[in-house]
This record gives sequence, C-alpha cells and structure tokens, in this order.
Amino acid sequence: MLVADPRTAAAWRRLRQEIADAGPERRRELLRERANQSRATDLHMIGRAGLGHVGGDMSVLDILTTLFFAVLRVDPEQPAWADRDRFVLSKGHTAGALYSTLAAAGFFPAAELETFAGPLSALNGHPNRVKVPGVETNTGPLGHGLPIAVGMAVAGRLAASERHVYVVLGDGELQEGSNWEAAMTAGHRRLANLTAVVDRNHLQQGARTEETSALDPLDDKFRAFGWDVQVVDGHDHLALLEAFTAPRGERPTCVIANTTKGRGVSFMEDRVEWHHKVPTAEQIALADAELAR
Amino acid sequence: MSALVRAETFDCRVAFAEELIALARADERIVAVCNDSVGSSNLVGFQKEFPDRLINVGIAEQDMVGVGAGLALSGYVPFVCGASPFLTGRALEQIKADVAYSQAPVVLCGMSPGMAYGELGPTHHSIEDLSWLRAIAGLGIVVPADPTETRAAVRWAAAAATPVFLRVGRFKVPAVTGERPFTFGRATALRDGSDVTVVATGTMVSRALEAAEEAADQGVSIRVLNVSTIAPLDEEAILAAARETRAIVTAEEATTTGGLGAAVAAVVISSETRVPMRMLGIHREFAPTGSTAYLLEHFGLTAADIRTAAVGLAHA
Repeated sequence: MLVADPRTAAAWRRLRQEIADAGPERRRELLRERANQSRATDLHMIGRAGLGHVGGDMSVLDILTTLFFAVLRVDPEQPAWADRDRFVLSKGHTAGALYSTLAAAGFFPAAELETFAGPLSALNGHPNRVKVPGVETNTGPLGHGLPIAVGMAVAGRLAASERHVYVVLGDGELQEGSNWEAAMTAGHRRLANLTAVVDRNHLQQGARTEETSALDPLDDKFRAFGWDVQVVDGHDHLALLEAFTAPRGERPTCVIANTTKGRGVSFMEDRVEWHHKVPTAEQIALADAELAR
Repeated sequence: MSALVRAETFDCRVAFAEELIALARADERIVAVCNDSVGSSNLVGFQKEFPDRLINVGIAEQDMVGVGAGLALSGYVPFVCGASPFLTGRALEQIKADVAYSQAPVVLCGMSPGMAYGELGPTHHSIEDLSWLRAIAGLGIVVPADPTETRAAVRWAAAAATPVFLRVGRFKVPAVTGERPFTFGRATALRDGSDVTVVATGTMVSRALEAAEEAADQGVSIRVLNVSTIAPLDEEAILAAARETRAIVTAEEATTTGGLGAAVAAVVISSETRVPMRMLGIHREFAPTGSTAYLLEHFGLTAADIRTAAVGLAHA
C-alpha cells in the first residue's frame, strides 16, 4: 500500500481552502488550472507507459478535480477514516485520471506516477484499493461501481453517518444491465446520500453511444428509476460544484455531466480513435502548450 | 445396515439461519443481503427480528453481490444469500472483482446447491459452482457436511474478515461431524482406515461413512476424510491419505471438472506418493429430470457406489 505525501497533502489543504474562500471567477480559475495540470500529468504518464485511456481521462478530469478539491470530505493522510465520503470510479479504465488527481491531493507521492503500468507498480491499468490509498474498490469491468456505491450508501444510512457516496460512471458503461439493477435499488430505497455522476461524453470504445445502443433520453431513464436528475456542463466547475453540493431531497441524485472526450487537447476532442491511442512526444508537447493557456 | 440410513436428517438452512440470528443479536455489523430469497434462504426469522438489516435487492444478483461488497468495505459483515446457481452463475464477475480481488470480506451463501432443486432441472442446479469458484484467487470455499458444521462455519465466517463462499445444503443430511470442531482449511478424518481413503464433501460425507461401514463387513478398511474447506485445500491431510492408504476415492455433488476431485488429484499427482484415484461426481453432463435422490443415484453418488469404487481400488 502506498502512503501519503504529507507536503502535498498540506498543499492540497491550502488550495482547498483558497478555492472555498474565493469568489466565483477565481474559484473557477483555480479549479480549471488544477484540472489542466492533472491533464498534463496524465498525458505524460500515458506517454511514458505507452498505454492508457486518454480520451476518457480528459473528459472526466474536471469532475474528479471538482470532487477532490472542493467537495469530498476526505483526508489524504487518513484514507481509512471511517466517516469519510466515499468515492468510486466505476469507469476504472480512466485510472490515469484518478491517479493524477490522487497524487495532486497527496494520497501518495507524485513520483510514484512514473511507475504507472510498469512491472509490479501499485498503479495498475485499473485501480486497486489494496495498493492505492484513496481507491475504495477495485474497478475495471464495467457496471460494477454503482451496485458497490449503493451498498456503501446503505451502510452509511445503517450507521447513521453524514457521509455521502459519489460514484462516477461512464456513459457507455450504462449499457451494462447491472447499473439498472442498482439504479432500481437506490431509487426504491430512496438513498439520498448517493450521487451518481455520468461522464456523458457520447463516445464509447468503438463509436458514438447513440449509434451503438442509444442511451437517450438518459435523464428520463434515471427519473423513471426514482432519482433526482441534474444535467450540467461537465467542464463547468462551478456548475459541477453546485450540482454536487446542492441540498438533497429524499431521492438519490444523478448528475449527467455533458463532457467532451479528449477535452482540453484540440486534436483529441470528440475523436473516437483517442479512446486509448497513445500520444507521441510531439503530440504531448502540443497538448502541454494548449493546456498551459 | 448402517445406522446412518435410519438416522434423522436435517436441512442445513435451518441451522444456518438460527446461528446467523444468534450472531446478529450480539453483533450489529451483521447484515443479510438477498435476491427475493427471504423464504428460500430461510431469512424470514432474520427479517422479522432485524428488518433494517435485511437488504432484499429483488431479483438482481449482480446488484446483490455489489451491494454486499459495498457494505463489507464500509465495515459491515454481509451474508449475501441466494440460490447457489444464480448467486454464482449470474454474479461470477462480481464475486471475482468486487469480492475476491477487492478483498471485501463478504460471506457469499450459496443456498440449495448441487442438485437440491432436483426436478427443476439443470438451470436450477449448482454443480458448476465449485469449479468456477476454485479458480478465483483469495476466495475461501466452505461446504459443511451437517447442521453442526454449518453452525460452526457461520460462526467462523462472521469473524473471519475474509472473502468466502459458504455452500448451505437444502437436501437433508444426517448429523455426522459430532463434536469435532470446524477449522477453516482443515479436513477432518471422521473414520480411520488403512486400505482406501474416501475424500468427501457436503452431502457425500454421510454416504461415505455408510460406505465405509459396509466395506468393513467385506474386510476393506476405509478412512473417511470430510473436506469441508475446498479452498484452501488441506493438502497435508490429502498427502497423509496418499501415504497411509493405498488409494483415494473423491465424492462430491458437483462436476468433477474442477471441484474437490480435481483439487485432490492435483495434490496427489504432484506428490511423491501417486496412488490410484477414482473421482465420483457429475462428469460434465446436464442432469435428466428427477428428484435429488434419484439424480444422486443416476450419477453414481450413493453409498453403494462409493463402496464399490473403494473396494474395487482396494482389490486392484
């Protein structure tokens, strides 16, 4: 098991406070900068490793950054704190985005990122809770995160805890039936302590979701399963923040975050081939320049 | 004739439920998760006493196992109960990824396993479970032989904090383990013998004991080893049987492709003492229509079949 990096964790605490104290424009800017730094970190990591899921990493990073830098009640130096909020990345193939975010929050030293996907690295191509602090369950096969998050939400309620459970789902992943079993359970049990965030980038590995097995109208589907639904711009940090922290009613919340696969790197945006293509050194340099803007 | 033939027999689900309720009274972390199987998993009493701690997700096994994992990762001790064919077949990937690989201490309770649902046919039989689950790293597999061992296994599982599959029998069996303690990972010799060892599990244990009694009348001495932990297997007990007796017969209400027999064979073949073996079980076939008792006879899993196999090897 990796251990926390106290200096980075302290920096994370200061940045969280700064974000919390800032006015809207400054808050947006701080979150945007932080997310783009994680994008660059992730691209370099994927370039070094020669593998990764770059498109989905880029689309989910504003969601992850908003959660870890402005929402989740977690402590990188006490990853097993019983009453922490729970975060589950159901779309486990975007492990690179999660590792970049966790390292930036000090859950483990950033130097570890250089081992990504290498022999015996703690940082597998899909996240492992036994090896990486901040990872709550091992994901990778699709359609697993939501049922587990439902179990965590049931546990939070049984324990009469204030903790909230957040789970990030890919949109293509919603073609797995297990999600809808869990969506029924969450709706039926009125798990108001559960928020599912759909990274709605409209692309799956081979094609657009709507050309493969259409998901729309996705908001109506979740509503029909007993959820409150919010549809937001998944790259607008303030809109995400508001959706994640708005007072909850009596039902679970689904935030459909409309995103762009490959977001932040012009030549990757909304291109199906960038699902898991590996950028060249030249492409990484171009991406760095765009992300530094 | 063996006294076991006339002995009172028990549905192990009763002992399972009684023990679970007793434990739940003392430990608030214990919860039950099921798939519309409150009745068939014998959880009516649990639900009555602990309505908030019985999480019935409906007919949704993938969700059931995932929910169990989420509860376990949050400090609860979930007993996830469903008919064994659906729990293991429908949610196999959840068992692998969410429970075993994630090291989530879930107690997976496969109810009514083997051919307990006789006439309902192969869709409802769970004879593949041992083969499937034995291939998964980090998952304990426990098959109690009678009510006493079922109680002990439930007590152990509640405290073990490790992923485990517990096969809870519905087909009635006599009490055979007596006061011998259940120890996870340990096989127990219920009868000593010097010619042949019968290695049996679950419903086959009482039949193996009957076979041994009857073989004794024919001058053949049979050791009966109750393997209630299929994984990790008690390799020492198997190796001792290979050294101290001349042959081994395995008996299980499961396919022989990867269950107890295959596990025992792998140990024997890799050892210095390679004794002849016979594997009794179901040889990769779907069952015809018939009651459980009929099907056990059909597949050669009676005490007489076990005796014939053992005596045959003794005289070989």
